[in-house]
Amino acid sequence: MSASRWLVFGGIALIAGGMLFGDIFAVFVLHQNGNRTGALLMAAVRDLKAQDANSIRADFRQIGGNLEDRGTKVDTHVHMTDAGYLALLLALVQPLVGLSQQTKTLLAKLFIAGGTLLPLGIFLIHYVGLTYSPFPVIGWASILADCAGLVLIIVVVVELWGIYVHFCGGRKQNTESDLPHPPSWATRILLSGGTVLVLLGFAYGVWYSAFDLYRHEARETAILSTMLDATVTSQSDPMISVADYGGLAAERAVKIAAHSHIIEFGVLAILLSFVQPYVFLSERWRRRWIIVLLAGSLILPVFVRLELNLGLVAGGIADIGGLMVIISLIAILVGVVRHSGNMDTASGAQL
Amino acid sequence: MSQARKLLIFGGLALACLGMAYGLYYALFVEHQTLDGMGGALTEAFVKAAERHMPKSNAALDAYSRTKYIYVRQVDVHSHWIGLAMLLIALGMAFDRVSFAERTRLWIATALLIGSAVFPLGVLLQTLVEGPLPSALAIIGSTLVIGALALTAVGFARSD
Repeated sequence: MSASRWLVFGGIALIAGGMLFGDIFAVFVLHQNGNRTGALLMAAVRDLKAQDANSIRADFRQIGGNLEDRGTKVDTHVHMTDAGYLALLLALVQPLVGLSQQTKTLLAKLFIAGGTLLPLGIFLIHYVGLTYSPFPVIGWASILADCAGLVLIIVVVVELWGIYVHFCGGRKQNTESDLPHPPSWATRILLSGGTVLVLLGFAYGVWYSAFDLYRHEARETAILSTMLDATVTSQSDPMISVADYGGLAAERAVKIAAHSHIIEFGVLAILLSFVQPYVFLSERWRRRWIIVLLAGSLILPVFVRLELNLGLVAGGIADIGGLMVIISLIAILVGVVRHSGNMDTASGAQL
Repeated sequence: MSQARKLLIFGGLALACLGMAYGLYYALFVEHQTLDGMGGALTEAFVKAAERHMPKSNAALDAYSRTKYIYVRQVDVHSHWIGLAMLLIALGMAFDRVSFAERTRLWIATALLIGSAVFPLGVLLQTLVEGPLPSALAIIGSTLVIGALALTAVGFARSD
């Protein structure tokens, strides 16, 4: 199998895997984790009222563990998906990489291995902790993730070198065919739809940083300060502040998630427009899956944002949007698997 | 291959390397220590309040806010550099379909690359330098990216 096909197949598999993980996380872990953190914060407030410093420290150790649990799972989702995106991008630039076919295939395999081990290492951080670690703050799972990240960096640097060699005339003869770009309906709709999604995401990001980011930061400090004062002076109910804190955390999370997901889906649509030649599906089914993908790409971030107004109903619709993206992505992956490899054989690449 | 495409693909890959290298450095030498500091400061704020030392409690709360301000921006730099790098490479592959003159395409590509590098850099500088310069850099960078991307979308639409 050629480097391009390794990267296309591995890339789409990583993206689908990362999204599936994200959906499972959103349904079974996210809200439960938030509830546990809220309960622990309430316990800390009660211990503060009782002036029990040791119990407060124990509460915050548990809150820290809870936040690490959540954070590493979010990072697993993000890093697996992004490694998939980068794999697809590297597949696209393979015709410009002036290295031997063997080297390119080795690099592709290394990238897919690194892209798999990086999120796996991140996922294990919470469970492995510092067991048998020779370092004071970094455990073996972090080391695995860092090594995998280093592999990805090395591969990208070598690919960059390969492109430089190509343009300097070092190895002009390409063994891989360039991806054709037929101006098909699928290509056009994915390209323009993806660009619009990215633009919407950027515009929302600007709005968030201009009107919400600093306000949220100031509000967090104010809420915590009120929480402490209310508990110490007993002049008001500190549990109101705990509820405010939970509300702020939820508001921040959904706004950031809406911003990041709409951009990621936009980039995904642009990337999928290029790999259409690798997708062996009938035109009718290709169109159907693309419409499902773009609809899901819009539904998920819009309804994640609407969770603040509509509550769990919007969360459920957002999860369905995520599922639509995953299913269409798996359908496209099936199309890649069905691809006969005509492009590679036509250009004489090793299968 | 056009100069604009070369610029976007080379620039995007270089920016991806930079973003990943920063992420690796951050994970190895900064993140765990920052998270420990943040958790420690918040715990200290509660413990000092329990001991009824409110000035020390407030100081610990301020330390928590400062550390979190830095943490959020450092993580954002990593994700934005890599995210924008991927966008540059993806656009680079299709940039010949942007229906403008080659010279205009080169300007758009240059704006995209400069904006993508400068915007997260400005965010990073917010954690290191006082004053309006870092925020100005972040605003200029993001404006360049959004403006250039809007023109790219217009270019794609014209090509159809």
